[in-house]
Amino acid sequence: MNAGDDSIREAYHGLSDWLHWTPPDHFNLKRREAEVLFRRLGITFAVYGDGGNPERLIPFDLIPRILSKEEWGFLEAGLEQRVRVLNMFLADLYHDQEILRAGVLPERFVLTNDFYLPEMQGVRVPGDTYTHIAGVDLVRVGENDFYVLEDNARTPSGVSYMLENREIMMRLFPDLFASHSVAPVETYPDELLETLCDAAPACCDGTPTVAVMTPGRFNSAYFEHSFLADKMGVELVEGQDLFVKDDTVFMRTTRGPQRVDVIYRRVDDAFLDPLVFNPDSVLGVPGLMNVYRSGRVAIANAVGTGIADDKAVYTYVPDMIRFYLDEEPILKNVPTWRCEAEDDCAYVLEHLPELVVKEVHGSGGYGMLVGPAASKREREEFAARIKANPCNYIAQPTLALSTCPTFVENGIAPRHVDFRPFVLSGKNVRIVKGGLTRVALRSGSLVVNSSQGGGTKDTWVLSQ
Amino acid sequence: MLSRTADNLYWLARYMERAENLARILEVGIRMAMMPDQSGKRHRSEWRSTLVNAGIEPLFEQTGRAVNARNVIEFIGRSERNPSSIYSCIKTARDSGRAVRNAITSEMWEALNDTWLAFEDNWRAAAENRDFRPLLDWIKDRSSMFRGSLAGTMIRDEAYHFTRLGTFVERADNTARILDVKYHILLPDMAEVGGGVDYYQWTTILRAVSALGGYHWVYSENPRPWNIAEFLILREEMPRSLITCLREITTTLEILAEAHGRRHPCHRQAGRLYSSLKFAVAEDVFQQGLHEFLTDFISRNNRLGNEIERNYLFAGT
Repeated sequence: MNAGDDSIREAYHGLSDWLHWTPPDHFNLKRREAEVLFRRLGITFAVYGDGGNPERLIPFDLIPRILSKEEWGFLEAGLEQRVRVLNMFLADLYHDQEILRAGVLPERFVLTNDFYLPEMQGVRVPGDTYTHIAGVDLVRVGENDFYVLEDNARTPSGVSYMLENREIMMRLFPDLFASHSVAPVETYPDELLETLCDAAPACCDGTPTVAVMTPGRFNSAYFEHSFLADKMGVELVEGQDLFVKDDTVFMRTTRGPQRVDVIYRRVDDAFLDPLVFNPDSVLGVPGLMNVYRSGRVAIANAVGTGIADDKAVYTYVPDMIRFYLDEEPILKNVPTWRCEAEDDCAYVLEHLPELVVKEVHGSGGYGMLVGPAASKREREEFAARIKANPCNYIAQPTLALSTCPTFVENGIAPRHVDFRPFVLSGKNVRIVKGGLTRVALRSGSLVVNSSQGGGTKDTWVLSQ
Repeated sequence: MLSRTADNLYWLARYMERAENLARILEVGIRMAMMPDQSGKRHRSEWRSTLVNAGIEPLFEQTGRAVNARNVIEFIGRSERNPSSIYSCIKTARDSGRAVRNAITSEMWEALNDTWLAFEDNWRAAAENRDFRPLLDWIKDRSSMFRGSLAGTMIRDEAYHFTRLGTFVERADNTARILDVKYHILLPDMAEVGGGVDYYQWTTILRAVSALGGYHWVYSENPRPWNIAEFLILREEMPRSLITCLREITTTLEILAEAHGRRHPCHRQAGRLYSSLKFAVAEDVFQQGLHEFLTDFISRNNRLGNEIERNYLFAGT
């Protein structure tokens, strides 16, 4: 909330007064109200291996995170640039591979990577769009000083929290909205649907039939899958609802088979089609990849986008921006050491107490080491794992992340936040003014993942 | 609509209806057990007949437990080993509801979800007080709430129609079973059917389907077995009678046929079963034998349910 010199950022002036003048009892009342609302709406999140209640609420913090119009303008330009390049990279990689021939990206990095799918080599996807929905995780360390932590180019989740958090904030604090001009986010489902329709295969005439594909109700993000299907007014299908016949994908309906043109899948590549990928998958649709490759159904995000959000490939995104657009990157990358390089690895092992070490393919905050917070023993154990398999790890410095006022047990205190806006790529790039702000609820903690005890906040982009 | 969604809605409604009817079956058992024994046999049979009529006698036998009030109530009410216990029905209904969360209204979802969340506490309270009647009343209330939210909030589209199909296929089955309880209690004494000795038991059946008042209104005389059977089987005024259920099923199937421009074998089956009730008189039923009639009805209704599933719910393969 505060600028570098401890003054309050302009965007927060109204909020700061409000926090000051509202009696604490009022907040407690509103917090209870919010919890009841979330539970009633059934907005829950399953945490793997928790053993307890599989339907847990993600803690929601009442104090919004605010971005000024100027800050948003800067971010928007940076996000559009970055996601455009990720799509150009994927199209290039799965066709001519100019970036490899130019030596910008080492070939072995890509071709031996599990997330590079040779099945996709030479397959044309409509509009050359691969990552239709991208979630870019950002942190801020200073005025207009944003870093990209990671790109989520496969199946980024969390957008339902952006929408529901706003809905609940508007119910709880109508006055606050009246005194701030907050850009609405509720158009997201419409824009998503348009983006998906843009992706329809050429053979589809008339309005495309879109479906959201989910692994099923035991998936941790099932709520979001059904939420989005509902808001877009399209069917929520599981693999068992789809089948392939005559080089076409159909869904089983009470009226008989109905053709499907665009599948917004929230199922990982490996489970999409048991005939091509994991043969044991019961989540997928046998024959789906064949139809996809002959261009008679669209899949969003495209198959094989995992290579673009690989944590080692991430380090090359600034170079890609220079290569494809001949522009300087607007958003910065966090300096990253790749443990597979001998010098980097030595540096990482020496500086573990200052670094955050992540698995190259990890996600959700599992399998990472936060150096400053770890005990000596934890660091030693982790060092052994790095030595055993250096290729599997990257390391980054711990950044002086910005904080946002947050309700904690004894009042309001600063807590670290990150931010995930959602970038939609169809015929053009659409970014709803908002996103998911995640907050680390433990004092000093830098880990914001909901599976690791993080919470969320509403994010306001001011329109003046 | 996706076949799987229709399937979930259909079974969601069936399980809610079943939970309610199991509560009714248990109520009959509890009331019967409070009445003077008239069988003249050494062992009273109302709890065994309760098991038979809930359709779970063989499953209960596997537990090796004695057939008595406590064990039967536990098995029908709370057992997790019994997939058709009230507990399992509510759990399955709620799970199906969760799977089709966006096909039902939030009122319907809350009716399901709140029932599930409160069940355990209510059960424990009933077991501690050794009085299950308030619990059974509560279950009927919850089922009414679900039905009310269905009737009052759901768009009249396919989702509504498949939910209604589930309700009436299940209710027809359950009414037939409740009526059949009577048969099992009086099994060796067919001669007594219609005699004065079983007066209380017959009224208990009317109570179990909330029809005692309705009976008096329609017949203006004391409960007589053939009237009661006629009332629960053949009278369209009675909302839980077999003919009413079949009328609702045929009407609903007709709406679907119009909407889809397509008929299936289930339409013919439903029509035949409905006509056989529509043109029957009470004497036919007693001529065939009440038990035989009900057994035959339950199996035809079952086949109809299967055919509906084949035609709509696994359709498109």
